[in-house]
Amino acid sequence: MQAFNYLASSSVAEASKAAAAGAKLIAGGQSLLPMMRLGFALPESLVDLALIAELKGIQVKGGVVRIGAMSTHAEVAASTEVKKAIPALADLAGKIGDRQVRNRGTLGGSLANADPAACYPAAALGLGATIHTNSRDIVADDFFKGLYETTLMDDELITAVSFPIPEKAGWQKFKQAASRFALVGVFVSKGPKGVRVAVTGAAGHVFRATHLEQRLATNYSAAALEGASVPAKGLSSDLHGSAEYRAALIPVLAARAVG
Amino acid sequence: MAKSITLNVNGRSVEQDIAPQTTLVELLRGALGLTGTHVGCDTAQCGACTILVDGRAVKSCNMLAVQANGRSITTIEGLPTPDGSLHPMQAAFKDCHGLQCGFCTPGMVMSAVDLVTHHGCHSEAQVREAMDGNICRCTGYQSIVKAVFQGAAAMNTLVRSA
Repeated sequence: MQAFNYLASSSVAEASKAAAAGAKLIAGGQSLLPMMRLGFALPESLVDLALIAELKGIQVKGGVVRIGAMSTHAEVAASTEVKKAIPALADLAGKIGDRQVRNRGTLGGSLANADPAACYPAAALGLGATIHTNSRDIVADDFFKGLYETTLMDDELITAVSFPIPEKAGWQKFKQAASRFALVGVFVSKGPKGVRVAVTGAAGHVFRATHLEQRLATNYSAAALEGASVPAKGLSSDLHGSAEYRAALIPVLAARAVG
Repeated sequence: MAKSITLNVNGRSVEQDIAPQTTLVELLRGALGLTGTHVGCDTAQCGACTILVDGRAVKSCNMLAVQANGRSITTIEGLPTPDGSLHPMQAAFKDCHGLQCGFCTPGMVMSAVDLVTHHGCHSEAQVREAMDGNICRCTGYQSIVKAVFQGAAAMNTLVRSA
């Protein structure tokens, strides 16, 4: 790996200042470090967020589960509060990558990285979450902009994410066995943000399957999705699956997620 | 620029000046000479480099040594008792012959210890899924799964009698 400067930051303000000056933020590093090893990311400086206490912690209050950005997937999966309030979210966290990855990877890191096949973006969009940063609140519908691209500014870091507690929610991942990412993953929910169907792994970034949402809005059941189809146009195609294959998976997984 | 770090490795305090780009596995195998932790893929896929950081299984090729500052590390060398008696999970892998070439074994054992400690072994399907961060390219995993169950039973007996 190429040489870089390293700072273990002790505050959000300090990390933000360093990021504004060009440093790359590192959370759990489970995506960033492999990218650096392969030379796809070549930061001159890394700012580690691990020691910033205010980025940790999980609270359930006023119909919202608020999770600190540096909470690991393992912590979210094991949280009794999350399991009680939004079991589908704990289920999703507990199926990210593998156990070792879940012990390091974080919620904030996953959202900021915006991998097109990552799991958490589906939960954020599928629950209508609000992403809190050091300077503003961003609704999930406005957050994901493209392949590994979000609306975050250079000096901006995610501090926490608020997930509204739904009446019902479900998550289904069709795992790409080698990478353990989603070949296609679908998060569905019915709650304060309406009926939402978020799809990851199938395009350049997570998106809502509005056609499926309309069907579920009048009848939130697997039966409502019978015969539903999603157009393959614009979906990803690679050696693991064609766009048509991914399109075919979406309504199937959505129906299973509805239960 | 080198950073000065202090960490606990297998119960021993270690101080080290280290370049930030050094991975934790490079520190363990290099300066500390703990070559029981293996490097398989070096890209966080195979799990051969699995160690415990504050008791949790982590791939040491996918963590910087500087990120281990102030943390407590356990490697395969830290599992046996001081008199050399194998840890119950090591003994189970030996008894069940949960290995062929043995290259993945240190990572398998460390991962299994974390599994038993924090999640438990409830069914074969659950254990197989929970061990999916560790890849063995020799065997069919039959003996590995058997070893994890036997090791879990021995670890739990040990905890109850303690």
